[in-house]
Amino acid sequence: MGQALDVHRLHFAFTITFHYIFPQLTMGLALLLVYLKTKALRTGDEHYDRAARFWARIFGINFALGVVTGIPMEFQFGTNWAAFAKAAGGVIGQTLAMEGVFSFFLESSFLGLFLFGEKRLGRVGHWWSAFLVFLGSWLSGYFIVATDAWMQHPTGYQLSPGGEIELASFWGLVLNKWALWQYAHTMLGAVQTGCFVMAAVGAFYLLTKRHETYGQTFVRTGVLVGTIAAILQLFPTGDMQGKMIANNQQPTLAAMEGLFESKQGAPLAILGQPDVENRKLDNPLEVPNMLSFLTYREWRGAVKGLSDFSQTDWPDQIPLLYYSYHLMVGLGTIFIGVMALAAILLWYDKLYRARWMLWTLMLCVPLPYIANTAGWMTAELGRQPWLIYGLMRTAEGASPRVAAGNAWFTLIGFMGMYTVLGILWLFLIYREIEQGPDPGNERAVPAPAD
Amino acid sequence: MERVWFCLIAIMLTIYVLLDGFDLGAGAIHLLIAKTDGERRQILASIGPVWDGNEVWLVAAGGTLYFAFPTLYASGFSGFYLPLMIVLWLLILRGSAIEFRNHIKSAIWDPFWDFLFGGSSLLLAIFFGAALGNVVRGVPLDASGYFFEPLWTNFRVGDDTGILDWYTILIGVLALLALMMHGGLWVQLKTTGEVSSRAGKLSGQAWWGVLVLTAIVTAVTFRVQHQVLENFSNWPWGFIFPLLTVAGLAGVLFELRKRDERKAFLASCAYLTGMLTSVVFGLYPLVLPARNPLYSLTVANAKAGNYGLKIGLVWWVLGITLAAGYFTYVYRSFSGKVTLDKDSHGYGG
Repeated sequence: MGQALDVHRLHFAFTITFHYIFPQLTMGLALLLVYLKTKALRTGDEHYDRAARFWARIFGINFALGVVTGIPMEFQFGTNWAAFAKAAGGVIGQTLAMEGVFSFFLESSFLGLFLFGEKRLGRVGHWWSAFLVFLGSWLSGYFIVATDAWMQHPTGYQLSPGGEIELASFWGLVLNKWALWQYAHTMLGAVQTGCFVMAAVGAFYLLTKRHETYGQTFVRTGVLVGTIAAILQLFPTGDMQGKMIANNQQPTLAAMEGLFESKQGAPLAILGQPDVENRKLDNPLEVPNMLSFLTYREWRGAVKGLSDFSQTDWPDQIPLLYYSYHLMVGLGTIFIGVMALAAILLWYDKLYRARWMLWTLMLCVPLPYIANTAGWMTAELGRQPWLIYGLMRTAEGASPRVAAGNAWFTLIGFMGMYTVLGILWLFLIYREIEQGPDPGNERAVPAPAD
Repeated sequence: MERVWFCLIAIMLTIYVLLDGFDLGAGAIHLLIAKTDGERRQILASIGPVWDGNEVWLVAAGGTLYFAFPTLYASGFSGFYLPLMIVLWLLILRGSAIEFRNHIKSAIWDPFWDFLFGGSSLLLAIFFGAALGNVVRGVPLDASGYFFEPLWTNFRVGDDTGILDWYTILIGVLALLALMMHGGLWVQLKTTGEVSSRAGKLSGQAWWGVLVLTAIVTAVTFRVQHQVLENFSNWPWGFIFPLLTVAGLAGVLFELRKRDERKAFLASCAYLTGMLTSVVFGLYPLVLPARNPLYSLTVANAKAGNYGLKIGLVWWVLGITLAAGYFTYVYRSFSGKVTLDKDSHGYGG
């Protein structure tokens, strides 16, 4: 059983990590597309329509990959985690079914119209199709985050006499406080991916002196929205996430921070390698008292270390959790710096000529993907050893009859298929960027409508 | 309450089969009836704006099954582990093929995706049929409430069952033929010229296979699953469902001869609805029969808590009403025969 459990965990981890490459961009881009379409509608300027069309093509490719890699996620609750599905399906089945009924129908219906129906719909109708695609994808995000939030911090449930977990309060599930903050934090991460990608493509056009008017629009849009998102990512949403973990998942907080011993005035470790066997942090670079302050707003506040908890309640992948968390926070801090600097240059009208800044924006493009992935790894590794925090352990959740060999078979299958999809994705996106928003008119002023 | 959800999920799955059925069927026949790039583009254009929405019915039905009958979801999905994963891979390949084919025009790019699209559609139709066959035949559930089926054992309907045996393969082939007919009628309705007439002709040919296999499958199903006979003799009003099947099948031939493309497609919908409702009616109250009847999952022992089922009904009705609205709007927006002058902004053009 132990071995099969590990394969099931790896199975879910691999497929969800690959899947989330796509929705984080499409959810972020959906917002930016509404922004571009609104600009087009208000100014009547064809430039914004063309810009939106270019991003709609990139959106379409990512959306398709998000859909095809997303269906396996819902299935896996039943295929690989049957014991969990049986115990908790009555609760989280609600949010997952609502995602299908409320967001997927909306998204899929209007995406077709958004991508294929610009001429049929007219300007206002097309704006609405963009808005409804945005609404659908953001609703979808909420239902998924609410599902995860319930696993992090179960609310609105009761135990049936037979031991099954039953829904007791619909609003308790849907308006879980954990879900609201986690949603804000997750969506800001997605917006940042959208902004960094848009700004990077713009910077690429400006640096290579092609499609320069579009390049300016992309850089400006990405930097303006990205600056706001980067700041909100840290405060208040990241800060609130940390507080919720400090209050509800104390061993998790200690493991994330690499804090083995309880301390009054606990330091914040910036760097260092957790040595779990010897219960210490090697080569620490620390800010004294900072962890206590961030957690409790008191410099001398007492923070519990891992030693205060039974080892059976420790997350089982402490180093990975620690590095994920530090990567996420470190990158998030860098994003604020990069975006704010670019915004200042934009304000003084120097951004489009500041080649070093454009280079920075262009090279930053993989970083938000890494940060978002690291953030999810922090949440999910931090939840361990629980599948539903405090209610059901991960070891109890896997499918009892699916052997390790069968799980390996399908995991290897997914790895092969996703490698091909990944190469295909890079290739198609590269082609779209290479063709640009205005094929055949690289240096000229955008031509009038065709 | 669980009876309501049993019916609602059956309705969702039926809608899924009617809608995704035509685009799967269109995929399964497109290599046969469309030779040139322009013809293949016509077929893709006839399903392009809607296939994704059609597939959402499967996802939504899966989600609804999950919260209304969590025990069924857990047992069924883990027991059918291998075929479900293969279905997922086929869905991934097929979705990629539809979306990526038209991005590049090249002598090796589009034939590759056409082949994948055709092959995956064909296999999906067979697998969905075989899955239905498995549910009707029953699975080796035991006292733990779980089972695991290998892809095949000895191809017999015994106690040592596999996903594929002669019965489930038979249903798989029937499903393929029925969806080829259904998809052919859709393509006939939505396209023009050679493709449209070839599609109609192919549907007419598939019709005979559907007729023969429907008769055989009906006869053997009574032997494979005794609950079916019991239900039809206890509640004779249920014969309305097989009647619908017969009427639908007759209607297809009749309307094909009359060259009414729209009614022929609707008759095929009636046939598929009749088949699925007959199965569902025949199985009730079983949701997943076990080879040993003692361990069968029924609506009563697989359902979720009552509060959840009640509250679910509120948002479900709201959500599906909205979805029905979107679908009506989308299908209206893309109504009529497809034309290949680019009606888009050159997405993938």
